[in-house]
This record gives sequence, C-alpha cells and structure tokens, in this order.
Amino acid sequence: MTVSRRAMLSLRTVAVLYLALLLLLPLAVVFWRTFEHGIGTAWSYMTTPAAISALWLTILVALIAVPLNTIFGVGCALVLARGKTRGRAVLDALIDLPFVVSPVIVGLALLLVYGQGGWFGGLFLNNGIRIIYAVPGMVIATVFVSLPFVVREVTPVLVEIGDEQEQAAATLGASSWQTFWRVTLPSIRGGVAYGVVLTTARALGEIGAVLVVSSNVPGSTLTLPLLVYQRDSQIGGQVTTSVYAAATELAALSVAVLLVMTLFGSRSEVGR
Amino acid sequence: MLYLSLFVLIPLAAVVVKAVSSGAGTLWSSIDNTLALRALAITVVASLIVAAIGAVMGTLVAWVLVRDSFAGRRVINALIDLPFALPTIVAGLTLIALYGPDSPIGIDIAYTRGVVVVALMFVTLPFVVRSVQPVLIELDPEVEEAAASLGASNATIFRRVILPALRPAIFSGAALAFARSVGEFGALALIAGKVQIASLVIYANIESGSEQSAAALSVVLMLLSLLVLFALRRFGGGVDR
Repeated sequence: MTVSRRAMLSLRTVAVLYLALLLLLPLAVVFWRTFEHGIGTAWSYMTTPAAISALWLTILVALIAVPLNTIFGVGCALVLARGKTRGRAVLDALIDLPFVVSPVIVGLALLLVYGQGGWFGGLFLNNGIRIIYAVPGMVIATVFVSLPFVVREVTPVLVEIGDEQEQAAATLGASSWQTFWRVTLPSIRGGVAYGVVLTTARALGEIGAVLVVSSNVPGSTLTLPLLVYQRDSQIGGQVTTSVYAAATELAALSVAVLLVMTLFGSRSEVGR
Repeated sequence: MLYLSLFVLIPLAAVVVKAVSSGAGTLWSSIDNTLALRALAITVVASLIVAAIGAVMGTLVAWVLVRDSFAGRRVINALIDLPFALPTIVAGLTLIALYGPDSPIGIDIAYTRGVVVVALMFVTLPFVVRSVQPVLIELDPEVEEAAASLGASNATIFRRVILPALRPAIFSGAALAFARSVGEFGALALIAGKVQIASLVIYANIESGSEQSAAALSVVLMLLSLLVLFALRRFGGGVDR
C-alpha cells in the first residue's frame, strides 16, 4: 500500500496523539500533583511508617510469588510442550483461567476456601495458621493472578526449539537433570525472563484479589496498591497529595524493578 | 497439577458451589434484581465499546509502528507496554488527576461512565497492538504492491488484502481486551464512583457479608469470560498475556 506523505503524517499524528492523551498526559499530571506542594511534602507522605511497611510488604509478596510461579511455570511448560499425558489439553485450557477471572472473584474464591467457615479454613485456623486477612492469603492471591505468565511465555519457546538437542544430550549419557540445566534452560532463558518480568509487574500492582483477602491494617497487611486505595477512600471525594504520593511511590517501584529486570534479565541466568 | 488445584481450581469451585448452594432458584433471584442486572449490562456494554475502540485504534497504532518510520518510534513502541508495567490502581488515579474535579484541562468526567471507558482503554491498550504488530511485520508488502499495480485503490487494498490477514489477530486482541475489561477492578476502584461495575458490585457484596450474591454474580461473570476463552481457542489465536 503506497500511502501519500500527507496520509502517513496524519495517521502518525493520530497514533501519537492517542497515546499521549491516553498514557502520557495523565501520568504527567500525577507526578505534577505529587510534587505540587514541594518535594518535602511528597517525601514525608512516602515515608510514613505505614508507607514504608507497605513498600516492604509489596516487595515481600512479590519475592515469594514470583519464584513460586517461575518454578511452576517452567515445569508446567515442560509438561505442556514435552509431556505425552492425556490431561495435557485440559491443563492447557485451565492455565488461562486466572487471566479471564476477575481479581475480585479470585479474592472471593480464596475467602470461601481458606477463610473462617471455608472449606479448609477451619483446618488451618485450628492449627493457628491464619491465611485470610493475613499475609499468606495475600501471597496466595498474588500467586493466583500472576500464574499463567511464565507458562505462556515459555511454552511456545519450548515448542519452537524442539527436542532434538535434548535427545542428543541424552544419547551422550546426560541425566535428565543435566539435560535440563545444560541444554533446555539456556535455550528458554529469554522466554523465562520475559515471563518473570510480566509476573513481577502483575505481582507488584495487584489490588483486586489482595484487597478482598487482606485485613487492610496499616503497618501490617497493607501493600502499596492497598495503601493508595485506603488513603483515597478515607478522604472521600477530594484526592490529595497523600494519595498521589503513594501512587508515585508504587509506580516508581514498579517501573524501577521492571527496568532493572529488562536490562539485566536477558544476560543473567534467571531461575537459578 | 496439585499446585494449580490448590491455588486455582478448588477456590473457583468453591465460588460455584457457594452460588448454587441454596438452590438454583436463589441463584437466579440474586442475579435477577435490578442492581445486579444493571451492573452486568453496564459492564458488558462498556467492555464492548472498549474492545471496539481498541480494535480500531490498536490496529492504527500497530500500522504506524510497523510501516511508518520517524524519530521516536522506538520510544513509542516501548510506551505501548506501559499499561502492563503500571499498577492498575495508579492507572485509575492518573485518570482522576487528568479528568477529575481538579482537572488542569477543565474536563470533569470523573465518576461517570465515560471515565470508566477511558480507564479500560488505558489498561487494555497493549492487547490489540501487540497481537496485530507481529502479523503486520510478517505481511509481505509485495502482495500490496501487486494489488496496487493491478489498479486497486488504497481503500480496496486495505479492505481486500490487509484486513483479511489481520482479522484473526485483531479479533483475538479485542477479545482479550474484552475479557480483561469485564473483570477489571484495580483501575476502576477509585474512579467509577457510583457507576455500578460488576466487579465493584461483587466487592461491595463481599464487604457487606452477602457472599451468596457475590458468588452468584461471579458465576455469571466467569461464564462470560469462559465464553470468550472458548471463542479465542476456536479462532486459533491463543491467550498471550
């Protein structure tokens, strides 16, 4: 299709304007609102005890959920791409469930199973383990919503590279463990890395599912997204610097972590 | 498999059991009230609008990114993934900041259906762009040139040559955007206000202790999402993110 210079320019303008209006302008306004009353004010809102503890909890939850889903994701991708079991098609379909189920429903589901009066809730509570309205529930919720990313990124790569090299390794006497570490893992590294980035992004920003299963107590069960939500709902109507500051803190954490992961992810050995 | 059942399958089964626990009659009556029905209607309509706009604008953006070349194209390309990287609650907040009561550009659409659509457009932006882009890159310009040499106009080429090749990608991207919109919570939590979106109604039900009605509405939403998932599988495009 040969498009005239003018048509090309107008299409380009439309595309760039659309993105600017939808993405950049709103983001710029949040930063401006955050630092409207000076950096000091914003900084003091970001470093309240509740905010600091929320920051650490957000990181902690991601630190547990991401490795779990990475290990599961790679294993599951191996089963999907290399396995010959019957249930493969079913597993393949089930993996996508967390993508299409609303996060709030995820929260409700966990409440019904692990909460007080839930299916397993009593079992855990009698043994003194509190899952719902506590950190373990928040971790499970995060695991749930970010589960498919690694599987979905790694499976196509595994299918693409085929299993000839793995067979060659096996004929040369490598154990399946050695084959995995020396042959399979290095070739799927890119896929794993990208999957981990997506998982992390979701884990850091998750709110819907976590909101339902958290007790929302500042200082103990509040992650950064929940802090933004709580600060906003307490004010009622007027969005203030405290909300914008928490949002900026969260966005900064998220973008920083993801940038670092993208920059170093492809070079370092992810998953080891 | 155990991991999957422990974290995903058993909890979801519990929702279904809860919904039907007191009989199908109760299930229907908790859906068949104006609030729940309105919420479902608003959610589905908003999601359809978002999917439609996303399909058109996403294809346009993908086309510009692939076929056009200008300074800053790589930056724009990286920008597309921003909604995936940005926590959804921040996405919601950005829209209040821009289109809310203190709007610097004088547009106040916060807490209306309009802003709900804008928020959903924000979080679902990458879906269509990222599914159309690779197909467009693979598409051979020679076919288009051949069509042009045979006297086809640009409009004809687009309609007859480019669009058919892109259709599956556009469809699967739009379907993902739709599925995501139907269940979205984070981006809407702060900005929807009194607009009763299904996921917000479910949350309100959980908070007020009526788990039964929350579960009932959840089952309807899940069925809707499953429908989209099956449609996607039939059309061959997988779920990517």
